[in-house]
Amino acid sequence: MNLDARSAALHLGLIAVLVALGFVLPTYHQGNLARILVLATYAVGYNVLFGYTGLLSLGHAMFFAAGMYGCGLAMHLGGISVIPALVVGLISAVVLSAIVALLALRTIGVAFMIVTLMFAQSVYLTVLYLGEWTGGDEGFVIAQASRQIAGYALTEPLTRYFAALILFSVSLLITARMMQMSFGRVLIGVRENEERTRMLGYDVFRHKLGAVIISGTICGAAGAGYAVLFGYVGATFASVQYSIFPLLWVLLGGMGTTIGPLIGVAFMFYLIDYASGLTNAYMLIAGAALVLLTLFARAGIVGEIRNRWVPWLP
Amino acid sequence: MDFGPHLILAILEGAVGASVLALTALGLSLVFGVMRVVNVAHGEFFMLGAVIAWFVATSIAGHPAIGFLAALVIAPLIAGAVAMLVDRLILRNVAYDPEATIVGTIGVLYILQQSTLMIYGPEARPVEPPFSHRIALPWLEWGENGLAFYFPWGLSITSYKLFVIAAAVVILMVFWLVISRTRLGLIMRATQMDRETALAFGIPVQRVYSIVFGFGAALAALAAVLIVPIQQAHYLMGHDPLLLSFIVVIIGGLGSVRGTIVAALLIGMSDGIISVFLSPTLSKIIATLLVAIVLVFRPQGLYGKKMA
Repeated sequence: MNLDARSAALHLGLIAVLVALGFVLPTYHQGNLARILVLATYAVGYNVLFGYTGLLSLGHAMFFAAGMYGCGLAMHLGGISVIPALVVGLISAVVLSAIVALLALRTIGVAFMIVTLMFAQSVYLTVLYLGEWTGGDEGFVIAQASRQIAGYALTEPLTRYFAALILFSVSLLITARMMQMSFGRVLIGVRENEERTRMLGYDVFRHKLGAVIISGTICGAAGAGYAVLFGYVGATFASVQYSIFPLLWVLLGGMGTTIGPLIGVAFMFYLIDYASGLTNAYMLIAGAALVLLTLFARAGIVGEIRNRWVPWLP
Repeated sequence: MDFGPHLILAILEGAVGASVLALTALGLSLVFGVMRVVNVAHGEFFMLGAVIAWFVATSIAGHPAIGFLAALVIAPLIAGAVAMLVDRLILRNVAYDPEATIVGTIGVLYILQQSTLMIYGPEARPVEPPFSHRIALPWLEWGENGLAFYFPWGLSITSYKLFVIAAAVVILMVFWLVISRTRLGLIMRATQMDRETALAFGIPVQRVYSIVFGFGAALAALAAVLIVPIQQAHYLMGHDPLLLSFIVVIIGGLGSVRGTIVAALLIGMSDGIISVFLSPTLSKIIATLLVAIVLVFRPQGLYGKKMA
């Protein structure tokens, strides 16, 4: 098998396993896995920018929130149905990521991290400031009756699971395919050596711009999906913590790997789930994981597996 | 109250905020200047200072001033020691790589914050000020008998707040003397200018880094001890000082001491004044957006040199 066939087999196999899990898992874990799949979509989006393009953003929660509030407010205040609301969420994410990209990409390195952090902070504060419509810290709940597509109720566990799986699969396959095309190859070139890529005649700025917009849009899709599937929209999802989470997930799973984000989210989700049963200071686990990863496993779980045993992993 | 007295009050409150902010931001700026490390956990060292101050003040009986003075010494020492440990265990082992130190210090942020939550709990607790007298402030007004002094209701400040401003000024002067007139300061500046050459001249750069990182954290803790009798100690209180310090350090120019102090006065005062007249959330939105724009179009800040 050549490389492309192997990676196609891996991704389709993974999706097949997830479909099967949907039928065999007990309801509690099925709900968890649905949430993990939506958050993994968020991580996949983050990975496009951080893992493949080498740009560390500390503000991706704003794209997640753009999708979430765009979609949630359209349903909650505008009263439109799920599909057009999802489109509204996506458009909000595209617009925000384009604006942020045009400004933030003028900076590099540490300045890029701080600029994205500041933009995300102002989005978060804006959500709080517009509390009259957004509900501020408390957020709002999207009415159960409106959460359905063509008669299929998204509140029903199995339907919700498969909706989450479709969202994840689409984003996984899109990014995996993208990384095989020349656009994705150039992004990796930018990560490895920006100067050399520019010297070879590629328009580095245009590629970075594309990467931010694609990454932001996938994250926005995850946010919109979260709003529709779990029916809750709140300011927590726009806070710094939700900008740190995707960084943590991708580092843990393996930056620059296609399946790393899912592995990272699943691992962290169950770790935090377990820790929050023991103490209310469950974010301690996240902190310790970040420190240990920077010290000992910079490549993450899938990255280490690739380095040691399976060099062809996409 | 009229507009005039209102403004005076806002300026005084702003000055208290600005002096504490100057100390906190100076710690961040020093660490960035010498080590080129963005310490995201800086706000947690501030929080640590306040929480330690509470522990010290409650465990020492007698006049509140004794506990406060003890906290003024103990809190920066402990915060500094913790920071030196972080430097030794984490930063040194990733060779001060910019991205790795940011991710690592984010981890340290959560470890310190959540450990405090476990040990100290989620409550906000007050520390009694060593002294606190209400000082009414006079205001001039054109009355029936010409110009006259009077004391408008509500226009007052406590003596402790004036003390905070004075203490911050003294600490800033001491800091400036240490940097510009002592051997330690010389070594720090040499390391900042050229790490390799400093190393070649026999300066123990590794130890300088440890001291600078500890010193930066101690400054934040000291600022927190000063403010904790006005604000309460809480495990999440490090968030705002971190963000404001970032803003100050960026506006002032990364690593420039003079720029940091000027920017701290500017930001602290305007934050105090604006939030009296505008909603504090709105003023924060404007401030963060402004900073992002400054960083995009003038990354070297007001006084800084262009960074690589």
